[in-house]
Order: sequence, then C-alpha cells, then structure tokens
Amino acid sequence: MSDIKKIKDEYLNKLEIDLNIESVNQIKTELFGKNGKISNSFKTLGSLPTDERKKFASDLNSIKDELQEKIDSKLQEIETKEINSKLENEKVDVTLPEREFSRGKIHPVSQVIDEISSIFSEIGFSVEEGPDIENEHNNFTALNTPDNHPARDMHDTFYLDNNKELLLRTHTSPVQVRTMLNGKPPFKIIAPGRTYRSDSDQTHSPMFHQVEGLHIDKDINMGHLKGCLNYFIKSFFEVDNIKMRFRPSHFPFTEPSAEVDIGYEMKDGKIVIGEGDKWLEILGCGMVHPNVLKNVKVNPDIYQGYAFGIGIDRLGMLKYGINDLRAFFETDYRWLNHFGFDPLDVPSNYRGLSR
Amino acid sequence: MKFTISWLKEHLDTKKKDKDLIEKLTDVGLEVESFNNISSDLDSFKVAKIVNAEQHPNADRLRICDVDIGEQNTVKVVCGAPNAKKDLLTVYAGPGSIIPKNNMKLSISKIRGVTSYGMLCSESELNLSEESEGITDLKPDNYSDKIGKNFFKNNTEKVFDLSITPNRPDCLGVRGVARDLAAAGAGKLKKISLKNIKKNISQKIKVSITKDKNQGCTIFGSCLVEGVTNKESPQWLKEKILSLGQKPISAIVDITNYVMFDLNRPMHAYDADKIDKEIIVRNSKKGETFEALDNKEYKLDDDMCVISDKSGVLGLGGIIGGTRSGTEINTQNILLESAYFLPRSIRKTSKLLNIDTDAKFRFERGVDPQSIELGLTKAAQLISEICGGKISKFDVQKIDNHEKNKIKFNISLFEKITGFKVKDNEIIEILNDLGFEVSKKKLELDLEIPSWRPDITQPIDIVEEIVRIKGYENIETLNPEKNRIKDTLNKQQKLFHFLQRSVASKGYFETVTWSFTESKINNLFKENLKEIKIVNPISSDLDVLRNSIFSNLTFYLKKNLDRGFKDISLFEIGPIFTDKKPGEQLTVIGAIKSGKIARLNWNEKDRAVDVFDMKKDVVQTLVEAGYNRQGFFIRDKSPSYYHPGKSGSVYLDKDDIEPVAYFGEIHPNIIKKIDIKTEGLVGFEIYLDRLKDNKIKLKDLKSNFEYSDYQKSERDFAFVVDKNFKAQDLIEIISSIDKNLIRSIKIFDIYEGENIPQDKKSIALNVTIQSSEKTLEESDLEKINKLIISTVETKSGAKIRS
Repeated sequence: MSDIKKIKDEYLNKLEIDLNIESVNQIKTELFGKNGKISNSFKTLGSLPTDERKKFASDLNSIKDELQEKIDSKLQEIETKEINSKLENEKVDVTLPEREFSRGKIHPVSQVIDEISSIFSEIGFSVEEGPDIENEHNNFTALNTPDNHPARDMHDTFYLDNNKELLLRTHTSPVQVRTMLNGKPPFKIIAPGRTYRSDSDQTHSPMFHQVEGLHIDKDINMGHLKGCLNYFIKSFFEVDNIKMRFRPSHFPFTEPSAEVDIGYEMKDGKIVIGEGDKWLEILGCGMVHPNVLKNVKVNPDIYQGYAFGIGIDRLGMLKYGINDLRAFFETDYRWLNHFGFDPLDVPSNYRGLSR
Repeated sequence: MKFTISWLKEHLDTKKKDKDLIEKLTDVGLEVESFNNISSDLDSFKVAKIVNAEQHPNADRLRICDVDIGEQNTVKVVCGAPNAKKDLLTVYAGPGSIIPKNNMKLSISKIRGVTSYGMLCSESELNLSEESEGITDLKPDNYSDKIGKNFFKNNTEKVFDLSITPNRPDCLGVRGVARDLAAAGAGKLKKISLKNIKKNISQKIKVSITKDKNQGCTIFGSCLVEGVTNKESPQWLKEKILSLGQKPISAIVDITNYVMFDLNRPMHAYDADKIDKEIIVRNSKKGETFEALDNKEYKLDDDMCVISDKSGVLGLGGIIGGTRSGTEINTQNILLESAYFLPRSIRKTSKLLNIDTDAKFRFERGVDPQSIELGLTKAAQLISEICGGKISKFDVQKIDNHEKNKIKFNISLFEKITGFKVKDNEIIEILNDLGFEVSKKKLELDLEIPSWRPDITQPIDIVEEIVRIKGYENIETLNPEKNRIKDTLNKQQKLFHFLQRSVASKGYFETVTWSFTESKINNLFKENLKEIKIVNPISSDLDVLRNSIFSNLTFYLKKNLDRGFKDISLFEIGPIFTDKKPGEQLTVIGAIKSGKIARLNWNEKDRAVDVFDMKKDVVQTLVEAGYNRQGFFIRDKSPSYYHPGKSGSVYLDKDDIEPVAYFGEIHPNIIKKIDIKTEGLVGFEIYLDRLKDNKIKLKDLKSNFEYSDYQKSERDFAFVVDKNFKAQDLIEIISSIDKNLIRSIKIFDIYEGENIPQDKKSIALNVTIQSSEKTLEESDLEKINKLIISTVETKSGAKIRS
C-alpha cells in the first residue's frame, strides 16, 4: 500500500510543475505503459491473499483514477495554453472596415403611398389603379365636367392628339369612373398614382401623385366623410391632436364639395402640423355628384357616398420636412439617400407606420 | 375678385369686424386669398441700413454700398452722397420705384461700370424737406428695428381678394358676395337704390338679333345717352377702379367697369356716332376681321357671335369691343349695351381666338339674364350724373326669355346627405335670403331659382346651399366603418410592392422620374415601339412618353456621375408606354449600376460591374418573389441597347414566348452617345405584366415538406465542348438523365487555353447525387457516372477531359 501511495505522491508532484506535452506523455508511459508502475501493481493483485486483495484493488483503482485525471487535466491545460499562444499570433485589427455592404432606399413617394394604403386598409379600403393615359370622357365628361365647363381651365392638360381626345390624366378621379363602370356597388377604394398637369414652378411639377378615395353605399353621408378623413389625417401625421377645417368649395364631380385645411404653426422655420393658428389646405373632397353616378350606371336614388383627392407628394413634404417638390423627381443621389427609406421599413398597422 | 370693405358695405349693412367677415367668407365657400392695403407706389420705399460702403473704383465721389433691406441678401447700390457710410439708416428705393420729387422711374443701371440696384434717397427726393446735401439720416432709436419695412405708411383701404370657384359667377360682383354674407347672418343685404331716371328721348339706333343657327346672343338691351362730356372719373370712382387693381381710364369706361364689378353685369359703351346706321347681332363669316380694344387685329372664323353695323364687325359679343366704335375723351353720344351671351358660345370663341377679358370670364360662367335693365339703369344714371347728357328709352331685343328654373326639393334629402338636421323654417329662411322663391308643400319645397345662379339645377345643389350657409362645422364626425369589401391589394399589386422592396434591398436607390422624356434619348431605347408625342409638352426636351425606363435613368445617372459619384445603383418601377391609347402601357422595373464593385477596398480586389451582377440581381429578385429557378430559361437575345455579347433575357419557362426580364451591359455606343464616363454600366429590366401568377400558395408549398436522409455523393467532371456551347444546355442534359438522383449541378470552372483546342472550352462541374430510397452503392454511383459521361458526349459532342 505504502508503495503505491509513494508512487502517487511522487507523480502528483512531478505533474505539478510546468511540463510540455512530451514530458506528460513520458509520465503517462511510466505509470500506465506496458511496464508502467501502476500497470505492474495491478499485475501483483493476483498474488495477494483474498482479504487484502479487495482493499488493495480498491486503493489502486482510486490512485489510478486520480493520476489519470491529473494527467488529463495537465494535457488539457497545456493544449489550451498552446492554442492560446497560437491565437495570440493570429490577432487581426478588428477596427479595419467591415466587408462592403450596400444599402438601398425606397423613394419617399413610394413610402408615403404605402403609408396611405396601410391606413386606409385598416378601415376597409382596397387599392385600385387606372392607366396614366386617359380619354377625355373618363377624365372630364363622365366626371360632370363637360367640354364647355370653365373648370376645365383649372387643369392644364397634356394632350396626345390634336382632337384633345387622348390625354395624360390630370387627376386620379377617372379611376372612380373605371371602378364603378366595371363593378357593382358598394365601392370602397383608394387609387394612388401618377397625375399630370402642364405646370412647373416651386410648388407645381408637370407630374405629381394623387390618391383618390371613393366610398359608395346606401347611407354614406358627409359625417362619414369627415370621420374617414379625420382618422386618416391623424394616423398619417402620427399626432393625436390635429385641428381640421372643412370649408365649402367646388369640384364639378362632387356636390356638396369641400376643401380641408389642417392647423399648423411655424417653429424654427419649420412647419409643425397640429394645433397652430395657421391653416394649410391639404385636400379636396365631397359627396359624389348624382350626375357622376348616373354616368357610371349607379342609381343615385339608392346609392350615395363620398370621394376625395389628396396630393401625395405634398403630404410627404409636410410629414418629412421636404421643401422643394421638384427635387422629388430629379434623382439627386444625395437627396435619395437622405430622404429615402430603408426597404425593410415597410409601413404596416401592427408595427407602426414609421419608425 | 377684389373689392374694398367700404364697397362691400354699400351692399351689406353689417357691424362685423374685418376678421369676422373674413372667417364668414371662408365658411360660406368664398376663399379669402389675401386682405391687404391697396398697393401703393410708395410701398417700394424701404427703411434700410448700409452694412458696408466702399470707394467706387472708377469715380472719386461715388461709393458702392451693401444695403440691408430686410431680405436674405443685401443689395448693391452706388451712391454719391457724402454721408453714405457704414451703419447709416436711410431710405432705399428699389428698381421700379417712382421718385416723388421728379416722378422719375428707377431701373437697374450701371454707374461707371458698377451695377446699382435701386437708390438711396435724400429727404428732398422724397418731398420730405429741401435737404438734398446727403441721403436721409434716420434716427436709430426710431428705425433700427424697422429695416425692410415700408418707409411711407400705407393709408389706403384694405382690399379683399377672393378666389371665386367657377360655379359662382354671381360672386364676381360685390353684391353677390354681400348676399351670401347676409344669408349666413353676417349682416343685412341693402336694397339697390336707383333714382328714377328720365328717359325722354328715343333709342334711334335700330338693334336686331339674327336668327342664325347657334346664335350666341339671346338678349340685347341698349340705350342712348346723348350730349355727354367724357372726362376723368371723380375721386370715389377712381379709388374703386384702383382697388380692383386696374387703372382708371375715363368716366365712361370706368362706369361700365364699375357696374360690372358691382353687380356682375358686364356693359359696353359704343361711340354712337361711329356706328354705321344700325346694330346687327349675328354670326361671323370666316375671314372677317376687326381690330379689338387690345389693339390686336383678329381674324374670325364662321359662327362667332359678333356685334356689327352696316360696315362690318364692331366687336365680339361679350368678349371684347372694337377700336372702330370705341369711346374717346371727346365722345358726345354713347350707346350703352347690356346683353346676355350664352356661356358655350363665349367659351368656344374665346378659346379659338385666345382672348381673356373680365367680360368673357363672367359671361362664360353665366351672367344674370334678368339684370339687363338694372345694368342700363345704373350705368346711364351714373353717366348722366358725371358726364351729363340725356338718356333714351331702353330698347331690349330678345330671342329667349330665360324663364327662371324651378325644382322640387324633398327636405329629407338634406339630412340624408349631410347626416344632420336643420329645421324646415331655417331652411326656408336660408333659401329666401339667397334669393329663392320658396313655397312649402308638406315635406317638399317648390323652389324658383334666382336668375343669377346658373349653377343650381337639381336638388343636390340645394343641399349644398343650405349646408354651406349653415356651416360645415355642423357636420358630425362619424367614426370610420371598418367593414371590408375586398382585399387591400390584388396579386399584381402585391407583386409590385414586393419587387420594389426586393430590388431596393439589393442596394439600389429607388427614384421616380417623369413619365415623359426627350425623344432624342428615348430613341436610343425605344426599339420597335411607337413614338408617342405630347402635343403640348412642358418643354421641348420632354416631348414624348417614355418607351423605356432606361432613357430617364441613364440621363439622371449621368447627372450623378457629373456630381462626382462613381458607383451608382438606381432603379425605378413605373409605367412605360407602348402606344397612346388608355391601357397601352406596361409596368416595368428598370435598374442600372455603374462603376466598380469593391472600389478602394482593403481586403477585396476591385472589378468593374458586369453582366453577372445583373443576372444575380434579376434571378434573386424573381426567386424571392416565388418563381422557380429550376424552370428559368436564359436566352442570349436582348434589346439592341444592350451589349450584344454580354446580355440576355430570362424566361420563366423554356416554352414561354416572352421573356420576363432582360439583363446585361449597356451597349457601348449608347454610353458614348449619352456621354457617360464610367468603368462599367450594366442594367436590368423586369416586366411585371409578364410575370404570370403561377405561384402555388405559400400554405400549400410549405405543407409539402420532403427530404432525404440517405448519403449524398459528389462527383466532379470536366467536359471539353465547342466554344459557343451553352452551359445552360450542359446542365439541362445532365439534370434530365435522372431527376430523382441528380440533386444539383454546380459549374466551378471554365477554362480556355493551353491543352485545349482553340475553338473549344472546358467546363468543370460538380454533381450531387442522392437517392431518396436508399444509400447508393459504389456500383450505383459508377453506373450513373458512366451514364453522365456517355449522355453528355452523345448529346453535346463534348469529350470528357482526362
């Protein structure tokens, strides 16, 4: 017994000091090799008397385990040390720039259209579209704006033929006509898209974007119109308190008609939408004119409802503080980068319109 | 429509403050554009401060001053005054100002080679004192906070400027505005007070309206005023004309204008002595000419409504008079005209001749046909008061009586449309105030529409009248109903939305450009599509609708390159036009990329952008959108604006007739023509309308989850093929050998050169083989190996490379 105890103490001591892998393996062989000290001790087991054998075997096994464990941990320790010192030499400068990545942008007009669609989706509207080229009938006549109507002068129209039969739509309202002609009431749609007027200065551009709204059913009245736009404006500008004013106006395709102003104030040269004492006109709306309903084969004695038209670019300018309308369409890389949105920022109801 | 408060109060008895009147006007639908003093010549004299004064390089006694006039930038003024020094507060007169002392009008001028914008004034020049030694020296205590403000106080009256919608011609006269205000409770409408005028003489000039087809004139009223002395208008009349923003001319002209703006009743005054015998209102004949009061000669077409005499055309009825019969300061006898012209006729003629006058503006919207005699009375009375003269009896020729329209109005319609209730009595009162004759029959009102309201034709118009006078603030705000009829987006719209963000997520900036473009650039990309010209383009370089998105993208790419950007990725999703009828358009994504990948990068080697960058973006986008890559077929045909050797087209399926996308390098000739300088220019286009909806729904796709756990094996091959043999065909041959076993094929090397014949290339590929039924044995693999080699060799003429 004392022999193996001696072996144990001796080797545990040996293993205490700094060793390299070879020395540890050498020790391993000395202990557990074919003629190793522990191996040899096991061989003596058979020659011991039965009563001693049990005790010795048990001691020997525990010493064997203890040494084995010590050796293993020593080996691991050395390995870790070696790896660590190797890794120390592999160190790179992590402050060097990352691999190149490119980040795309969504144009503010597209983002705002998605915001608008998301808001109206929440109150049951679906999205319709119409062609950019329209005929005179859908753009004017069907919308209760006959040829001799002075209201036509308010639209500086681009024409594609000398008979003024084909034109670039001056508003998104022809989508109303197309939608109602192709379907049966009720209708509950918005129609965003490109619109064109031959007008160009700081606040006008020959192409711009509008969103049309139309809700026709049996009992839709001006109270619903007010409620719908009130909901939209609050959601869009992401403010709880917003002053709104409906005032009478005139559009040939609605009667009664209204223009809607929202309150704002100037703070540090910037427009702040909400409570201020100034008014900003943002959209036109009204109850769809019975003549329009007749023109699209909807019976105005049964059905009625509202329509509205909103300038998308202008809404975007107000919300995101963009000053010049023309910059929207000039493809300045710096502008697109600054005012553009990350493609992953999809406006939606559950995660919010914008960050 | 402009008028002063005092003018309004001639028609409206009111104690309301200006502010309340403005609010009321807005509330009833008469938008107030501005409310300012009548502009005065003296408004251009501003309090100013010299912020810097330097010696003039070419003149000893002159100084060049930088002057703060309260605007963003200072202005440069050359000044000879000895006291023109830094920090002096003085009076600045801008270009266009008229100097009170000598009535000289200032203009921008060069003084000894230095441009001077306006002038700094002495007290003498401003008629303030005799002091002319130096420029006005203002005391800082009184003026330092007034820089940029008017120096002279504007004591003129305030003027309303209303924007009148086209349906409200009645409000193009002050009286109409007053009537609306009265109805809305802002005062009481005064009665028009007309003195009884003596009409002693007869109207000797015969008037007739011919029965031409489409006669544009239906009533022509006239009266003679004989023995007048035309003169300058009295002060009160001049002020009225000035408040309209117009220049007084002579009493007679000013009176006709005044009546027009007061009552929306256009009038015309002829010099009666210049009329050849009689007045004939008739249709013009093609080729007739006359000189109008705007001093232009007009050549007429057939069927324009003209006022003529025996010698020819005197004027265009309701639009403009002629010089031949115009009144002058020495005119003695005048014929006054008060007529009714049909809006359609006025509009047609004025459009053809491109004439816009105040009279035309009113007649085309609709003048009160019952105001003929009122106009004659008011004008004749004023003329005899101011210019003297005897008034004749009125002569009124008519071919239409213009009976007042009548409509029945069911009171319940009001609440049905507006959602709120107004008492019947109140409704009747509002309509009465607006000039309607109302008689109530149970739930219905019989209404006679006032003759000045041509816009009111049906019951819905009555609803509008009541609700706007009552006030839109009475409409309740109802919570939006959330019920839904249809999905928000249809499949095509979802695809649009998805692809837009998919392309952007690959590093492209989305842009939005005009749907029109310059024909010169468009021609480079138009292929065999028709050119669609805009008849009236906004400018000559935006003269056609675009046949391709690339025209604008390349144009703006160049602009950004010129700004110093090199590596640019742009895309637009929007319409291109195939012809000029509605619907002849396609929705296309166009994307372009310029410059290099990994420019100035410390750990990657840079390279120019190339066709495979585009192919990756196109294919990845389509795959993300749910299309199956395995089905795609690539052809090397593409539109001529691509590099013929480095471009291609993508078909969703080999059998499809039309490709869904193109990709490649832009043709070097085009790059040269647009004058773009970059290391590489590539692009792609995706045609959304051609992306058929062949997608299995996601929920079905997901539920079909199959996989194999048996061992995979990989084998490498290298085949030597003809140089123009396509990799796609090689893959197709191999994959069709056994679709169950051959799981994927990857090309990992293309080699040309040493050890390979000149007209050949070597394609090295790696094939993954896996069964879904068992672990393949070496013999199975060997079999398929051999099959691959033999099939490829037979079908393609390739040789396995040993």
